[in-house]
Amino acid sequence: MDIRACFEFRISCFELIMKKTGAQIVVESLKKEGVETIFNYPGGAVLPLFDELQGGPFRQILVRHEQAAVHAADGYARATGKVGVALVTSGPGATNTVTGIATAFMDSIPIVVLTGQVPTLLIGNDAFQEVDIIGITRPCTKHNYLVKDVSDLGRIMKEAFYLARSGRPGPILVDLPKDVLVNSADFKYPEKVSIRGYQPTYDGHPGQVQRAVKVIMKSKRPVLYAGGGIISSNASKELTLLAERLGIPVTTTLMGLGGFPGDHPLFLGMLGMHGTYHANMAVMESDLLIAVGARFDDRVTGRIESFAPQAKIIHIDIDPTSISKSVKVDLPIVGDCKRVLGKILSLLEEEEIGTFKDGLHRWCQQIEKWKGLYNMEYHQEGKIKPQFVIERICDLTKGEAIITTEVGQNQMWTAQYYRFVKPRTLLTSGGLGTMGYGFPAAIGAQAAFPNRLVIDIAGDGSFQMNSQELATAVQYQLPVKVAILNNGYLGMIRQWQEFFYEKRYTSSCLEGACPDFVKLAEAYGAVGLKVTEPGEVVPALKKAFSISRPVIIDFVVDSEENVYPMVPAGEPLNQMRLV
Amino acid sequence: MRHVITLLVENEFGVLARIAGLFSGRGFNIESLGVAETLDPTVSTMTIVTRGDDQIMEQVMKQLNKLVSVIKVVDLMDKDFVEREMVLVKVAANADTRAEILRIAEIFRGKVIDVGSKTYTIEVTGDEKKIDALLALLKPLGIKELVRTGRVAMLRGSKVTTEPGV
Repeated sequence: MDIRACFEFRISCFELIMKKTGAQIVVESLKKEGVETIFNYPGGAVLPLFDELQGGPFRQILVRHEQAAVHAADGYARATGKVGVALVTSGPGATNTVTGIATAFMDSIPIVVLTGQVPTLLIGNDAFQEVDIIGITRPCTKHNYLVKDVSDLGRIMKEAFYLARSGRPGPILVDLPKDVLVNSADFKYPEKVSIRGYQPTYDGHPGQVQRAVKVIMKSKRPVLYAGGGIISSNASKELTLLAERLGIPVTTTLMGLGGFPGDHPLFLGMLGMHGTYHANMAVMESDLLIAVGARFDDRVTGRIESFAPQAKIIHIDIDPTSISKSVKVDLPIVGDCKRVLGKILSLLEEEEIGTFKDGLHRWCQQIEKWKGLYNMEYHQEGKIKPQFVIERICDLTKGEAIITTEVGQNQMWTAQYYRFVKPRTLLTSGGLGTMGYGFPAAIGAQAAFPNRLVIDIAGDGSFQMNSQELATAVQYQLPVKVAILNNGYLGMIRQWQEFFYEKRYTSSCLEGACPDFVKLAEAYGAVGLKVTEPGEVVPALKKAFSISRPVIIDFVVDSEENVYPMVPAGEPLNQMRLV
Repeated sequence: MRHVITLLVENEFGVLARIAGLFSGRGFNIESLGVAETLDPTVSTMTIVTRGDDQIMEQVMKQLNKLVSVIKVVDLMDKDFVEREMVLVKVAANADTRAEILRIAEIFRGKVIDVGSKTYTIEVTGDEKKIDALLALLKPLGIKELVRTGRVAMLRGSKVTTEPGV
C-alpha cells in the first residue's frame, strides 16, 4: 500500500467510527438516503440542525407555512416515487404539519417529517414551543419516533425511510429534541433494517393467485377496478397488459387516474360519486370485480349494501386491513400489486384466452350502449365553463403535464375532463380531501422536475388556503402555473346546498371579497392573467405556458355550473343525477 | 362475542398509547387490559378482552398486526386457554359478620391480606365468573371498596404464544 492509499484507508476507518453530533447524524442519514430536496421552515428548537445543513448538498426550500412544507414533500414524493422530506421546528411548527401528514397518510404517500422538540429534560414541562407531536400524530402517521438518545438516531433515521417507502407507504415523523441534535455519539449508518413487528407481504399467496386466475377465466362480465396502489407499486404496465390480454374493461378511482392510459379503448373513466355513467353501471352489473390497490372508499361504493350485488370480488392489496374492511371479499390476495399482477399474467400463459375474450363480446357491447346513453357533457355557451378550461389544458399539454388539484369541483372536473395517460401525473388529495393541497404540492413536484410543466387546477376558495406559497415559488424560481376556476363560491359546497339544502347558500359565497388574483400574483413578483371570455382561454394558456415564471390565470367561470354525474352520498351507485 | 387477545409488543414507551389509541380511534372496545414485561425485557405482553362480531374482530386483529410496535397477536377464542384475574375487596366486618366473611374467603380459596378494626381486605384470584360470584356474596355484608386487575390469559398445554403457527 502506498502512503496515499494508506492515508485514505485510515481516514475511511476513522469516518466509520467517528463521533458525530445528532445534527450531523441527521445530515449524514439524509445523504445516505439520497435526499436531494428538503422543504423546511426553521425555529428555535431545530436550529442546530439548520446550522449543520448550511453548505450541505441539499436543495433547501423555505416555505411560508409548515403545512405547505409537508404538502410540497408529498407532491415531490407522488411525482417522483421517492421519499419526500419536510423539516420544521417544535410546537406550532409541528402542529402546522398535521394536516399535511394526515393527507399523506390517507393517500399512502412516503414522506419523512422531521420536527424539532424542546430538550429532553424539558419534555413534559410545558416548555416554550413544546407540544406532544408524537401523541398528536400517532393516529395519522404510519409510525413515529421520539428520539431520546442520540445513539439511537442513526437506526431511527434508517427505519424511518425504510418504513416510509416499504409495504403500504406512508408518512413517518421523527421528533428531535434539541439536546439530541447537539449531543454526540458514534455513528455508523446501519446497512439493514430489522423490525420484528413489520414484515410486509409482497408476493401473493400462490394458491390464492391460482384461484384468482380460475375465477377470472369463468367470469362473463368482469371489471378491473384499480386504485392508488397501482401508482405506488408502479404497476401500470402490468395492469395494462392484463386488461389487454383478456379484454377486460378498467375503471379507476381518483387515486388511480394515470395508472391506466386515459385514452385506452378499455378505459371506462373514474367510478364513484362523480364517476362516469358507464363505469358505475358496469361495476353494478358486473359478475366479477377485480380490485387492485383500491380500498372500497365510501365515495367509490355509494350505499355499501347495494354495491355490485352480483359480483364476486377479488381484492389485491398490500395492506391486509384494507381487505374485507367495508365490502366482503370472496378472494383476498395480500401482496404488492405489481408482483401479483405479474404472477397472474404468467399463469395466463397456460389458459385458453381466445374463448374467454370472445365470451366478453356482449359485455363490451353493453358497456358501449351505456356509454352511448350518457357520456360526460357540457355546453360551452355564455360564460366560460370550467370543464372547457380543463379540456383545453388537456389538449395543449397532450395529457402529459403534472397536474395538481385543490379539493371540490375543481378536483372532480379535473378527474373527469383531463385525460391522464401516465402514472404520477395527477397529484390530488383523495382520502383526506385537503383544500390548499394543490399549490404547495405543485411546488414540490416542480422542485423535482424543474423542466416539466406543472399546473395546479384550483378553485378560488382552495387557492386562498395556501396562497402565501407564491413567495416560495417566486423565491426558488419554480414556474408553477395556477389555473383558478373562479366561480366566486366554494363550488362543491354550493352544489350540495343547491341539491340538498334548498339553495340556502350559507357561508359558501366568496363573491365581493375575492382578491384581485392578478394583483396578488404581481405583488409577489409572479405573473397574473385574467380571462373572462371563452375565446381568450387558449391564448391565455399558451401565454402562461410560455412564461418561465410562476403564473396565476384567473378564469372567471360560470358560477352555477355543477359536477355531473353525481351519486348523492349514501345512495346506490346506479342512482346517478345526470343533469 | 367476547374475545381474549394476547399481544407481544415492543417494550418501549408509547406502545400502550398506540394500542389504546387504535381501539378508541376505530371505535373498538376494550373491556379489560393487562400489560407486563416478559422474560425478554425488550418484549411486553398484553392481554386484551374485547367484544365484536367476526368482521370487527378481523379488523381488530389486522389493525393490531399492522402496528409497527406489535410483534404478534393471538386471538385465544378458538384455542384452549386459561384466564385469571385478581380482586382486592375491602369488606365491612363486625362481630356478626367476621366469621361469615372468613368462610366465604375460604370457599373461594381467597386470603385475608389486611385486617382493620372494622374491615377485612380479601384477595381472590379466578376467572370472571368466580370473582362475580364472590362479590355477589360479599355485597350484602357491605363492600367498602374493590379493585380488580385486568385479565391475564395463557394457552393450555405445552404451546406458547411465541411459537410459529400459534
